[in-house]
Formats: sequence, C-alpha cells, structure tokens
Amino acid sequence: MPQPAMSDIAFALTLVLLLLAPLAIAGVALINTGLGRSRSAAQALLGNLAIVSVAAIVFAIIGAIFAGALGSSDLTIHAAGKTWGVLGHAPFLLRGLSAATPHVQLEVLFQFLAVAMAALLPWGSGADRWRLAAGCACAAVLAAIVFPLAAHWIWAGGWLSALGANFSLGAGFLDFGGAATVHVVGGLSALAVVWMAGPRSGKFPREGISTAMPGHNASYVLFGCLLAMVGWLAWNSAGAILWLNAPLAALPVTVINTLLSASAALATTYTVTRVRFGKPDASLCANGWLAGLVVSSACAALVTPGQSIFTGAIAGIFTPLLVEFLELALSLDDPSGAITVHGAAGLWGLFAAGLFAPQAGQLLAQLVGIAALLGVFLPLIYLLFFVLNRFVPFRVDPDGERIGMDLHELGGGAYPEFVIHRDESYR
Amino acid sequence: MKYAGLLVMPTGLFLTLAALVLFADPQRRAAFIVCGLAVQCLGLVVAVRGHMPARGANHS
Repeated sequence: MPQPAMSDIAFALTLVLLLLAPLAIAGVALINTGLGRSRSAAQALLGNLAIVSVAAIVFAIIGAIFAGALGSSDLTIHAAGKTWGVLGHAPFLLRGLSAATPHVQLEVLFQFLAVAMAALLPWGSGADRWRLAAGCACAAVLAAIVFPLAAHWIWAGGWLSALGANFSLGAGFLDFGGAATVHVVGGLSALAVVWMAGPRSGKFPREGISTAMPGHNASYVLFGCLLAMVGWLAWNSAGAILWLNAPLAALPVTVINTLLSASAALATTYTVTRVRFGKPDASLCANGWLAGLVVSSACAALVTPGQSIFTGAIAGIFTPLLVEFLELALSLDDPSGAITVHGAAGLWGLFAAGLFAPQAGQLLAQLVGIAALLGVFLPLIYLLFFVLNRFVPFRVDPDGERIGMDLHELGGGAYPEFVIHRDESYR
Repeated sequence: MKYAGLLVMPTGLFLTLAALVLFADPQRRAAFIVCGLAVQCLGLVVAVRGHMPARGANHS
C-alpha cells in the first residue's frame, strides 16, 4: 500500500515512541500477576516473558508472511466486482526488512509489539490453572495465524481497510491503536481459554455464590496501571502516525485523549463500586482504568477531548458491572477480567470511533469490522484452541492447582519466605 | 449447543457481507448489517449458555 514519505523527525519520534510502548506490555504483565494468587505469581510472570518471546519468534518466522506488511503481493479474492485482500504474502523471516522504507520498518516493529500484547492478554484469564506450555502454544498459534489475519485485514491493505474504497464506507475500518487486532482478539482468546480451562477449583461451589479469590497483590495491579498508561500514551501516538498518517501537530490531542479516557473510566468505576459495595474496589478500579486505555486505542486519535471523556466514562460504568455479571451470572472465572477489559471495551471503542466520526459511512465500516471480529475470530480461535487442548492440555492437574503453579511447574515459589496458609474456604 | 452458537456467528458475518454486496441503498445496508450483528449476538448468547458449567462440577 503506497505511503507518503516519512520525514526524519517523524521517523525518529515514532521509533522513540515504539521503544516506550513495551511499558504497556510490562504494565499488563504486572496487573495479570497481581490479580492472580501468590502461589502462582512466579509462573504468571515467567509466563508473561515466555509468551512474549514465543509470539515474537513465531511472528518473525511465520506470522509476518501472512500479515504482509513487507510484501508486494497479497492473496486476494475477486467477488462482486471488488477486490478483497484476504492474506498477505511477504518474504520468509523478514527478508528485505532492512531495504524497506522507514515507514514499513516501523509498521513491522509496531506489529511485533502488537502480537506480543495480543498473545499476553489471555494469560491472565487462565491464571492459577493454565499450564505454561499450553500458554506458549496458544501464543504461537495466535502469532502464526490469528493476529496476522487481523493485521492484514486492518493494517496492510486487507478488505476491512478497503471498505471505504470498495463500498464508500467512510475511510474503511479504522483501528490505529490495535483495539481490534490486539485487544478484541486478546479478549476473545481469553474467553476461549476460560471455556477450555474451566474455572479454578472451588470457584463455583454447588450452593451459594461464587467464592471470592482476590488478587494477591493490589500494589502490583495499581502500579501496573501507571506503567500501562505510559506505554499506552506512546502506543497510541505511534499508531496514529503509522496507521492514520497523522501530522505531528495532532499528537498532543491524541495523548490528552488517552489520558482523559482512562481518567474518566477510573472516575466512573470508582463511583460505581463505591455505590455498590460501600467502598471503592481497588482491582475493579484498575480494570476500569485499563478499560479506558483500551477504548482510547480505538478513539484517541479520532475524537475530541469531550468525546474521549464520554467514551471512557461509559467504559468505566460497564466494566465493573460486566465483570460481576460474567462471574456471578455466567460462571466465567476470569481472574484478570480480560474478557471485559480488553474484549468488551475494545468493541465499545471501535463502535464509538464510528459513532463520533465526521465522515459518512464510518459507523457502518466499524460495525462491519466488529462483525468480522466476532464472526471469524472467535470461532477460529476457539477451534484452534480446542485442537491445541487435545495435544497440549490446558489445565493443570488438581494436585498441581492445589499446591500452586509455582511449586508444580517451577519447583519454587515467588515468595519463599512467606508461609502459605491453608485454604479452608477453597475446598 | 455451544458449537451451534459458534457456528451461527459466521452466519451473521455472511449476512453483513451480503448487505454490503447486494444493497447500494445506505439505509437497507445499515439495517442488514445490524441484523447480521444481532444474529451474531444470538450465537454468542447460545455459545455462552452452552459453556456454563453446572454448579459444583469439577473440571478435569
């Protein structure tokens, strides 16, 4: 896809932003670890590292071929008088990367970070019972097949990005910050993992309400939110430059909108939990903050500050309510809340980006993109994980879950000097 | 049930794509795209209900 030439200043700035963007990954990793139990903390954090590594390597070897950012030819379908870009076709193992234009090189770098984040998101949902090997296997599948498909459709000239040209739907499906490719894909993967792995033992007893299993370290969770904020500010700015060709003068508004979205989400989540429970809930507030950041991944470069506050506030209202609903009504055990925070908030952000877009047809383009995410990616991810579960079992055995993933998988705990108390209530 | 729900979801997408291809009128297009999304939501509800574990069931 032809791109305008990138100035040296824009190249340098985007590169610096992409060097800061991994702080978002670090923040999410810390949040996931804090929301799990202490007996699985080391395995959780090691899993974060391992999944990022596996995703990066597999994307370099296989995924980048299908994502097609480096390629000049794509697999296309000609139907109804239109050309539908389906799959990319780039050289093996990133051959030709150093000869590519600066813009394309940065796009590939962005995709590496995006695939790492997308693969990481379901890890928190499987906390305390998902085996490390299975988590890595799922990361490989996401990096090889699922993410490249989404990236090509949305970022590399695929049919979703061409909705504007083909069907006069605004500027085509817009996702500059990875709300669809990273967060919705990650949220749907989290849903598939929760279904495959099942709930933690004792979570849903035969009688009574579900057992509360709070995260073991609220400090990790809340500090992770601050780290994530820094990473997100960089991520959204880089995405705006690369995927929207935004001028540098537009970046301060993008940054401000990101901050406003998260802040509004936190404010409303704080209020909702204060009203519902008498006191604000720290982990739900963290989820709300993160949901606001996820919404900004779809909206920050496209809306006004007032609209950013609105979209963040809505995310902050539904996040604690949906987390509660998924657990209590639907018996979905999702320790990190990734289904809500990344999946649902991502979908809301994509919808809101269309709702507030000035160009005609943009809302329909976003709706078509949402339909593609739900209609293709959830069944695809579920099928791939279902098959994977047969070869690399997702769930740890009951004894392993009882003693904790750290001791069972790593032979040592994250906090060896602390006494682990018996879980009388978890039988 | 759960697999049926997941199979219904691509059907909703096909409805959406058909709306794009068959209808030039923006309002009809929009209506059918929304219908496609509604079908997907139904499929999702069926899939979620199909996956709900029985209370107290041990997951192996």
